Amino acid sequence: MKALAARRHHRFAPVVLLLLALLLTGAVYAIAQPASADAAQAAASESDIAAGQKLFQANCATCHGPNAEGREAVEAGAGGPSLIGVGAAAVDFQVGTGRMPAQMNGAQIMAKPAQFDDEQIAQLAAYVASLGAGPSIPTDEQLDTTNADVALGGALFRTNCAMCHGVTGAGGALSQGKWAPALDETSPAHLYEAMLTGPQSMPVFNDANITPDEKRDIIAYLETQREGSPGGLTLGSVGPVSEGLWAWVIGIGLLIGASVWIGAKSS
Amino acid sequence: MSTVDSRPAPAAAPPSRVERAAAGTADYLDQRTGIGGAVKEFARKIFPDHWSFLLGEIALYSFVVLLISGTFLTMFFVPSMTEVHYHGPWAAMDGVQMSEAFASTLRLSFEVRGGLLMRQIHHWAALIFMAAIVTHMMRVFFTGAFRKPRELNWLVGFTLMILGLLAGFSGYSLPDDVLSGNGLRIADGVARAIPILGSYISFALFGGEFPGTDLIPRLFTVHILLIPALILALIGLHLLMVVLHKHTQYPGSGRSDKNVVGYPLFPIYVAKAGGFFFVVFAVIALMAATMTINPVWNYGPFDPSIVGAGAQPDWYMLFLEGGLRLMPGQTEFVIGQYTLSLNILVPGVVIPGILFTAIALWPFIEAFATGDKREHHVLDRPRNVPFRTAFGVAFLTAFFVLILAGSNDLIATHFHLSINDITWTFRILLFVGPAIAFWITKRICLSLQRKDRELVLHGHETGRIVRFASGEYIEVHKPLDAHERWLRVQHEANRPLEIEPAEDSRGVRRKGFRVDALRQRLSRVFYEDRVEPVTPAELAAAHSHGAHDALPAAHDEHAGELTGASGGTRHLAADVENTEGTDSTDGPKHP
Ligand code: HEC
Ligand code: HEC
Ligand code: HEM
Repeated sequence: MKALAARRHHRFAPVVLLLLALLLTGAVYAIAQPASADAAQAAASESDIAAGQKLFQANCATCHGPNAEGREAVEAGAGGPSLIGVGAAAVDFQVGTGRMPAQMNGAQIMAKPAQFDDEQIAQLAAYVASLGAGPSIPTDEQLDTTNADVALGGALFRTNCAMCHGVTGAGGALSQGKWAPALDETSPAHLYEAMLTGPQSMPVFNDANITPDEKRDIIAYLETQREGSPGGLTLGSVGPVSEGLWAWVIGIGLLIGASVWIGAKSS
Repeated sequence: MSTVDSRPAPAAAPPSRVERAAAGTADYLDQRTGIGGAVKEFARKIFPDHWSFLLGEIALYSFVVLLISGTFLTMFFVPSMTEVHYHGPWAAMDGVQMSEAFASTLRLSFEVRGGLLMRQIHHWAALIFMAAIVTHMMRVFFTGAFRKPRELNWLVGFTLMILGLLAGFSGYSLPDDVLSGNGLRIADGVARAIPILGSYISFALFGGEFPGTDLIPRLFTVHILLIPALILALIGLHLLMVVLHKHTQYPGSGRSDKNVVGYPLFPIYVAKAGGFFFVVFAVIALMAATMTINPVWNYGPFDPSIVGAGAQPDWYMLFLEGGLRLMPGQTEFVIGQYTLSLNILVPGVVIPGILFTAIALWPFIEAFATGDKREHHVLDRPRNVPFRTAFGVAFLTAFFVLILAGSNDLIATHFHLSINDITWTFRILLFVGPAIAFWITKRICLSLQRKDRELVLHGHETGRIVRFASGEYIEVHKPLDAHERWLRVQHEANRPLEIEPAEDSRGVRRKGFRVDALRQRLSRVFYEDRVEPVTPAELAAAHSHGAHDALPAAHDEHAGELTGASGGTRHLAADVENTEGTDSTDGPKHP
């Protein structure tokens, strides 16, 4: 894990720098505009932050350090990056999809049933957000897909996401046992946050890269993908391999069965 | 089951008016075309019966389904790469820029009544067509149906398979979606990897730089005119040759290289075959009505900048994809200003070239090794030709490993494995797997043959144990009936060829010795290990002794006494030491 973390930091150094630059801009912006939604949320409530800090120290500090400043992995394997400036969105995604608190096995930290309820997640998010400005949890308005352009979302998805998640969002393999998960069950908020924060091997798609409107379009597109197929069963939406498998199993299976039956009838 | 030469006339009733009219018409045609004789001749053709003889029919009928559904598709498909903006019921594509080919495929799917069903019928039929071709080919291979006089028909069939691959690939590329575009890009890469000619070939195919605007119209001509016409013509030739050669038959009592045992084509076969067409159509239609295939509306229009994870071709092309995925990328060399892409050339051109050549030439290779110039109309039981059977299984193993390698990303995500590990495993398996499969299959064939010998010599075990006064136990065996025995002794085991010496008695070098020596070496590889069928003499010996001829004399007496009553018997006690004696072959054997 240590080597993995080191490599990752090395690879994403430019991204980190970019984030730092954004953070600085954000901080300046926050001071100039104290009434913005971010600031309002960050200042949400002192008691939430305090509760979040408690939860954090109990559940996350072993890896991320008592003040979320990050910790080098020791022999036991526990270690995690600094969370200062990752924002509420990262926490909501990581804890909401059950990735955090992490279980260290395998090549990639896995999603699992969330260990905290919504309120606790909000408290943790408030605490981490209070440490430094970062992307915040998308509002209901940002996730409202009623007027979204599904077709544009599809085009954006194919250009930006298909190389890892596959053209239909059914997921795909990355190197060394890592993978991009299927997106058929991810909630709209988590979709949004994943783009915004870029978990693990996934790149960050910030608002300059893919605007909030476009993010919404992508979400709308992925939601239409879940409505099933006009052609019948989807066979897992993984393309020709499963089609070929079923052609053999069902098609050739039935036809050979019929041949044997016809052959047996005569002799 | 019998050969039917003439059929009794139906009980005569006075002909009705319709019947008279029909007879009149038939008579009119017959007097002017002489067709009556041909029909009579053809209708009386005898066809042997076995389920595996229907595999070719599955291929034929799925091709008919392809023709019917494909004709429907041509009426709505627009083979053009002109860019348009789609506006239609499929919201996820509304306003998206795409080629007319893709737009018309969407229209075909969502606006033409029955269009989606027809598309799915067409595509499922294509997958089944290829699968049926492959299984049919396996049947022909493993039963030795390609031997003289059918070598040429094997070549016709082989060409049909290649044409099927091309039909599939060209059809798959027509809708101009992301997935098929990725496939074409790979084809383009393979073409370019050919030294010197590569870029010219690519430019000629695509009418300039990939993807260009000529490709879809060209593919359309190839897919709906050229290839189907060739397939149709070759199917005609294929079936004509089947009729001329008469169909082969499985070994059995009363069947020889000089007769055909079965039913007449008319009416029994025609009825069966006609019915089977509807079964094939029904299965394909059932699949098409319930299972999505090639949902191009999800993939989107082709754009060279888009490559999706898990882009794969249809199953029959997957082995090529697998080869490309397995080949290490480091084998690309830059010599001066030329690039030699062995990483693509080897898996994309050289290996398939070798494999396909081996398939095409197999009948000739085998005939060379066997030195057998006789005609064969009775099929081999696969166990009786261990080398061929083992070779076929090894070949299929390699094919299967390549298919799995072409799906390595799906294996990685579904079983949470590292794609790098999987790739390495398959690289090794591609070489080790066929070798192991070969060895195991050959062993299984040889032991099945030994079991046949056992059965013929000693009969079936009955489970009845008899105890003699001396305290010895024996199990009573029931001899095989004539049919069962014939099945197990009718074949002859091919032996390695003996050749004349290199120099004649006067020490003059013999012409053609080199070729003969090669032939001998090959036939050793083929037939060194074998189990000979039981000869009449051996059988007689086994029967007169009533037990194994190699048994100690003391046991023989008891056994002999019992034979009169119950036929062959076998001593349980003697069993173990004597299995070696059951295969009296001269060549080296046993591992
Ligand atoms: C077992 C160690 C471990 C525990 C416990 C743990 N984390 Fe993590 N966390 C990690 C590691 C390692 C990463 C970095 C993953 C990566 O990107 O490769 C990480 C990443 C994160 C990130 C994403 C940072 C970013 O750059 O976007 C957040 C947010 C986070 N953790 C929050 C938490 C919270 C909240 C908890 C407690 C509920 C927690 N973690 C518990 C190890 C841990
Ligand atoms: C470089 C490859 C890559 C690209 C490009 C990429 N992703 Fe990801 N994505 C990943 C990986 C790897 C993960 C798993 C991360 C983890 O488990 O922490 C992931 C996770 C996600 C998740 C979380 C899924 C879940 O259910 O937990 C979402 C949502 C997501 N990606 C959406 C997108 C979208 C939308 C895009 C395009 C804008 C995109 N991704 C582009 C690699 C990629
Ligand atoms: C005369 C015979 C044929 C005709 C007239 C025909 C016609 C067509 C047409 C017009 C299309 C494009 C429409 C579309 O893709 O939806 C098409 C697609 C296709 N054809 Fe054929 N075809 C024939 C035979 C075959 C054969 C023999 C095969 C394969 C063995 C084949 C495999 C395909 C495939 C895989 C597609 C893509 C279908 C899709 O997913 O939409 N076709 N064919």
